[in-house]
Amino acid sequence: MILELRGVTKSFGAHRVLDDLTASISFSHVLTLLGPSGCGKSTLLRLIAGLDRPDYGEILIDGVTMPTSNQALRAWRQRVGIVFQAFNLFPHLSALENLLLPLTQVHRLPNDEALIRARKILERFQLLDHASKRPSALSGGQKQRVAIARALACNPEFLLFDEPTSALDPEMTAEVLEVILGLRTSSIPLILVTHELGFAQMVSDHIAFLSDGKINCSQPAVEFFQSPTTVDATRFLSRLLKFEKTSAAADH
Amino acid sequence: MSDSSNFSTSSGLELAQAKGCRSWIWHRDGQPAHPFAATVFASLLAILFAGVLTFFLMISGSAGNWDSVWNYRAVFVQGWLLTIGLSAASLVLSLVFAAMIVLLRRASFVPARALGSLFVEVVRGSPLLVQILILFYVIAPGVGISDRILVGLIALSIFSAAYLAEMLRAGIEGVAASQLESARAIGLTGWQTYRFVIIPQALRQTLPPLAGQFASLIKDSSLLSVIGLSEFTHAALQINSATYSTIESFVPLAVGYLILTLPISFGARYLEEKFRYDS
Repeated sequence: MILELRGVTKSFGAHRVLDDLTASISFSHVLTLLGPSGCGKSTLLRLIAGLDRPDYGEILIDGVTMPTSNQALRAWRQRVGIVFQAFNLFPHLSALENLLLPLTQVHRLPNDEALIRARKILERFQLLDHASKRPSALSGGQKQRVAIARALACNPEFLLFDEPTSALDPEMTAEVLEVILGLRTSSIPLILVTHELGFAQMVSDHIAFLSDGKINCSQPAVEFFQSPTTVDATRFLSRLLKFEKTSAAADH
Repeated sequence: MSDSSNFSTSSGLELAQAKGCRSWIWHRDGQPAHPFAATVFASLLAILFAGVLTFFLMISGSAGNWDSVWNYRAVFVQGWLLTIGLSAASLVLSLVFAAMIVLLRRASFVPARALGSLFVEVVRGSPLLVQILILFYVIAPGVGISDRILVGLIALSIFSAAYLAEMLRAGIEGVAASQLESARAIGLTGWQTYRFVIIPQALRQTLPPLAGQFASLIKDSSLLSVIGLSEFTHAALQINSATYSTIESFVPLAVGYLILTLPISFGARYLEEKFRYDS
């Protein structure tokens, strides 16, 4: 997949979150957006999802320019899957109904066909036993897996993850990361915003490092983690890796 | 005089008892009792209330005059049925009014929002009795409506709509922003978002207070007796003046209202428990 940004700018009030981003990023499976908090990575992800519009500039996915009209943006969102930090499942619907709603109402699948597809995906994520439960009866990890299943059920062209494990404790984080790792082998490209550095290293093909509203560094993942090309990225990595090492040392 | 003071003490006692019993039946293992059990319980409570009240009043020296009141039972039943019908119709009509007010208050057009707010404030700021009087004696003759039931229905519905509108608005605004975003993310249209996400969630929030509002409507409809509308309270007043028997007219009146309102408030509590979930 090729993600192309041409002068993408986005401000909230006086604060310029994304400042004239221009880049062309090509990756096979997984692109990870890294960077300190407030660097604009989640904002960029929301623009790619079609949930927000840039103030200026344009975004191209595989050479196709993202639309700007409301109607066309809605069609765009139907072809993109996004998984949020806070799961955002519908609390009044069961896990299964959460999957069925977009399938029957947005993608206009006949009921029986939608049911077969939804159950198949729930089974794949070992969630079939929980199909009739409301989100309030599910654990955090289960909720996030249902959210991933909901996004996947619509056969999206690519999947976006916005800090999918930030709201989870370590055990549930592992449970969700395993699912995402499993998706790597599917043909759907993933764009990921995460704070799990170790996981990013394991799963990513390419890293885009954002800092102060700019893409500071864009490299294949292996190179990025060995020798990042910018000072900011080096500092970011060394600070986080140093912390990971000390916490590992404290464990032993 | 001694009759009326007796009346108020014993009803206060009954209320305290009723409150105690309510919490006892509702907090068994934190599970709400079944609505049917609650209804039976409420009816028993109302009858017990009537029994104790009558007993107190009897021993305070007032002789029973039940036979002459019994002759008027049809008037009671008709009034009671009219009260039920009027309250139910007014609940439906006030829901329609309330939905319109909510639309006004959520409109992007500023004067529309102001109009909606003004309506809610004026109606909530003045007594229902005053509204009934103005509607019946000032506005209705002006527009040529003389039907008491129609005027009563409209007065009650307008009054109730102002409160319902606030409940509906709170229900809609209580739907989390993340839910709207989620609906957008999966590609629902604006209408589909209302149909499948906002309304079902808002309704769950609104249903318990809506049930409470129905109980209020039943009680408030008694004020319509002042314009001579032959609902339940008006029936009791008429029977009272025909038979000169206060207890025998007004105790059944209280019981008749309690039989309606107690099951509803139990039901409201049940709904509240049932629809509770974290979002």
